[in-house]
Amino acid sequence: MSLDALYQEIILEHNRKPRNFREMPDANRKVEGHNPLCGDQVTLWLRVDGDRVVDVSFQGLGCAISKASASMMTAAVKGKTVAEAKALADEILAMLIGKLDVEKERQALGSLAALSGVSKFPQRVKCASMAWHALETALDESNPEGAAPEPAR
Amino acid sequence: MTTLKAVAQAQAALASRRADFPLLVKFPELHYLDSAATAQKPAAVLDAMREYYETDYANPHRGAYDLSARSTERYERARKRVAKFLGVRDADTLIFTRGTTESLNLVATAWGRAKVKSGDEIVVTGMEHHANFVPWQQLAIAQGADLRICELTEDGRIDLDRLRALVTPKTRVVAFSHVSNALGTINPVRDIAAVARKVGALVVCDGAQAAPHLALDLDALGVDFYAFSGHKMLGPMGIGVLVGRREILEFMPPYQMGGDMIEFVYDETSTWNVLPHKFEAGTPNVAGAVGLAAACDYLDAIGMAAVRAHEQMLLELAHKMLGEIPGVRIYGPAAVADKSGVVSFTLEGVHPHDLATILDEDGVCVRAGHHCAQPLMRRLKVPATARASVYVYTTAEDVEALGRGVERARGMFG
Repeated sequence: MSLDALYQEIILEHNRKPRNFREMPDANRKVEGHNPLCGDQVTLWLRVDGDRVVDVSFQGLGCAISKASASMMTAAVKGKTVAEAKALADEILAMLIGKLDVEKERQALGSLAALSGVSKFPQRVKCASMAWHALETALDESNPEGAAPEPAR
Repeated sequence: MTTLKAVAQAQAALASRRADFPLLVKFPELHYLDSAATAQKPAAVLDAMREYYETDYANPHRGAYDLSARSTERYERARKRVAKFLGVRDADTLIFTRGTTESLNLVATAWGRAKVKSGDEIVVTGMEHHANFVPWQQLAIAQGADLRICELTEDGRIDLDRLRALVTPKTRVVAFSHVSNALGTINPVRDIAAVARKVGALVVCDGAQAAPHLALDLDALGVDFYAFSGHKMLGPMGIGVLVGRREILEFMPPYQMGGDMIEFVYDETSTWNVLPHKFEAGTPNVAGAVGLAAACDYLDAIGMAAVRAHEQMLLELAHKMLGEIPGVRIYGPAAVADKSGVVSFTLEGVHPHDLATILDEDGVCVRAGHHCAQPLMRRLKVPATARASVYVYTTAEDVEALGRGVERARGMFG
């Protein structure tokens, strides 16, 4: 597996210019994700209006893979319903561990397919999945609005 | 002149040293630069362990039969061998443990719970590995003591002036690393010990990154406890050492209870075995000790001065190559003479994790992350660094591959 599959141009581009990279003062969901192994961390903000994710943003410290994955996630999720966003998170998390037929889904995945290269680099899967796990937590209704869950110890 | 000649000969021998390391022979394309995490093993160490299992293996200290006696003899001979390597005359003050982490936990628990009281102070430094930080932090919490952290200089050294100001008559222990695992800084052990001794504090030194690389004379070093791991100095995983001052070890209550560490066990109470057995509960790791003794033989055959000279040459090269790459920042002392074994660095615009993945593509193994030193990373104001570390089998070619890989990463992300 070559490095080019991991560091595709679109990933490098999102790393250079991450989308929705800002705090969100009027967010009604906020979640902290972190990867204790490497010290990467992400803060994810969502504004959910009814059943729709009307705005999503993030900030954090991390490698190119984690940053690009978070950036692409925010761009993909904004405007989706909560159910659609949850389904997408399931799909991407499966893709990251090689459990999705990327060729079959390529059209639906669009640019997110670029993240599939991660599945061949087991040490980097956590980098790419961090933002999507944070999204899952943020969309979980049992997670109180605005409250960041304690990171696992 | 003869000394210079000897060093030159030793260096020539080091060039072909890779042949002694089966894993490096099996993977000739590998550039293993993570020896600070663990060292590769020479065949001599692996052979010694196998020979023990095939010749003298039984549970030591137990059987009345000859085979058990031979196993005991192998274990105690290994202890004497390691003690000699360290400059420790009283081999019974050398406790075998699982590694540095267990050694330090032993002191923090057995000594700490007995001696540290509410209102006392514990001093550590801002560069400690979690193994020499968290046990003291948790001891402080349990006993109601105050954990005080000595800040560092800009170039990653223990600030002795700050240390002098931090240590008070209430200080019961000063715990610090001999060599920083994340920066490579060689700390002035005698100076630090003198500051601690002035107020009667216990001196605990984490030698995990020093014992593999520096000639040691522990009896003259002025510390009360010294801890290290076998696996970082060519020995196997799962064996480590704690050397302590006899009068302190004799006072200290045991750390773990069980077989071997007792003298008499009554229904209501027990009495403890003599040193070193009092601190070695349960069946010991004899093969590990035998392997570590073989590692000491291997290192002594090279000579620790030659080991140091070889590593200094490699660090000079690494500093020079990395220093010429725009955007590279090296952490820790600028002078290679003040360091041992490690080059910790970042490349602007490229996260250390991405760098490590790109280097791995060329077979260059480096560590990327916080190096189990999160308090230090916060002080450096970086989430992570990349760390390349060298040892007796590392070649100039390994370091050159690192330089090429970092250049490549810069190109990819530029």
